[in-house]
Amino acid sequence: MDELMLDGNAVGGLLLEVFAEDVTRAGSCCDACGATGQVGALRVHSNAPGVVFRCPRCDAVLLRLASDGKRVWLDLRGLRHLELPRAG
Amino acid sequence: MAGAAVLGRLTWLVAEAVDVLTETPRTRTLVLDVPGWTGHRAGQHVDIRLTAEDGYQAQRSYSIASAPGDGRLDLTVERIEDGEVSPYLVDDLLPGDRFELRGPIGGYFVWEDEPGGPVLLLAGGSGIAPLMSMLRHRAATASEVPTRLLYSSRALGDVIYREELDRLAADGAGFEISLTLTRAQPPGWEGYERRIDDELLAEVAWPATERPLAFVCGPTTFVEVAASALSRLGYEPARIKTERFGPTGG
Repeated sequence: MDELMLDGNAVGGLLLEVFAEDVTRAGSCCDACGATGQVGALRVHSNAPGVVFRCPRCDAVLLRLASDGKRVWLDLRGLRHLELPRAG
Repeated sequence: MAGAAVLGRLTWLVAEAVDVLTETPRTRTLVLDVPGWTGHRAGQHVDIRLTAEDGYQAQRSYSIASAPGDGRLDLTVERIEDGEVSPYLVDDLLPGDRFELRGPIGGYFVWEDEPGGPVLLLAGGSGIAPLMSMLRHRAATASEVPTRLLYSSRALGDVIYREELDRLAADGAGFEISLTLTRAQPPGWEGYERRIDDELLAEVAWPATERPLAFVCGPTTFVEVAASALSRLGYEPARIKTERFGPTGG
């Protein structure tokens, strides 16, 4: 077990730098195994230059976020989809 | 609410400590005044950013311990000996001192009184903080949802909010507490005295058939053991909400 592992919920502040709404409650679907859940429940590894979100079921990388302070790179290729509540 | 999305972006606010309460030898509660604070829900956290004179910044997350309706923002912080942020917050910060804060963060780990099964709260050490917000909210709203707390600490003196928890459990509103002390127990101790395991959880936790909603918060190893034990007891994965502090919290 990785003792540095966190939950997606823990990096909600970082996600709010990118998304306009709180996505910790957003639905996620893993492209590798099809597992559905919430972004807040994903496994997060943040002890690196970027932050890596993994599937709690199959450990596939779903989302990667990196920043150099001026720009943010968001890699979502491991996600089949995100399900976001519609504003209003 | 197209405009609200933009307004909803997190901005760094200035927090001022208005009071500092010693909870245990290793933890203090910071009572904060944060102009511009929009309120929170029980279980959410904030990010704190400290900036040194040379510009070096350190950022950490801390759970909110006060209830949404309390009209105040309390953070309970545990000192991590080699941490970058917590020794300052626990040992040095004085009323009147200021630092940057943003939040509330994390709608996933939130308790709101909804129809459904009973609630199980599992706390490891200072992982009690967001669960305390939930318990305070539960009491303030006179919620009757049956709630059990299993709280693991090293010793009795490390149990945060002990008197308040005892009071809440004594008022007959359907809240029960079990303590386990993993390192040292006082003479005559009748609670549990080991780290949580499957057997202990099977004794304390609601049966899975009641469709309980579980919130687990503490160090990563504690959460991992507790959440997997709940899975083995038949708890639905989507009804086990976890909040890992990581190894140090810093």
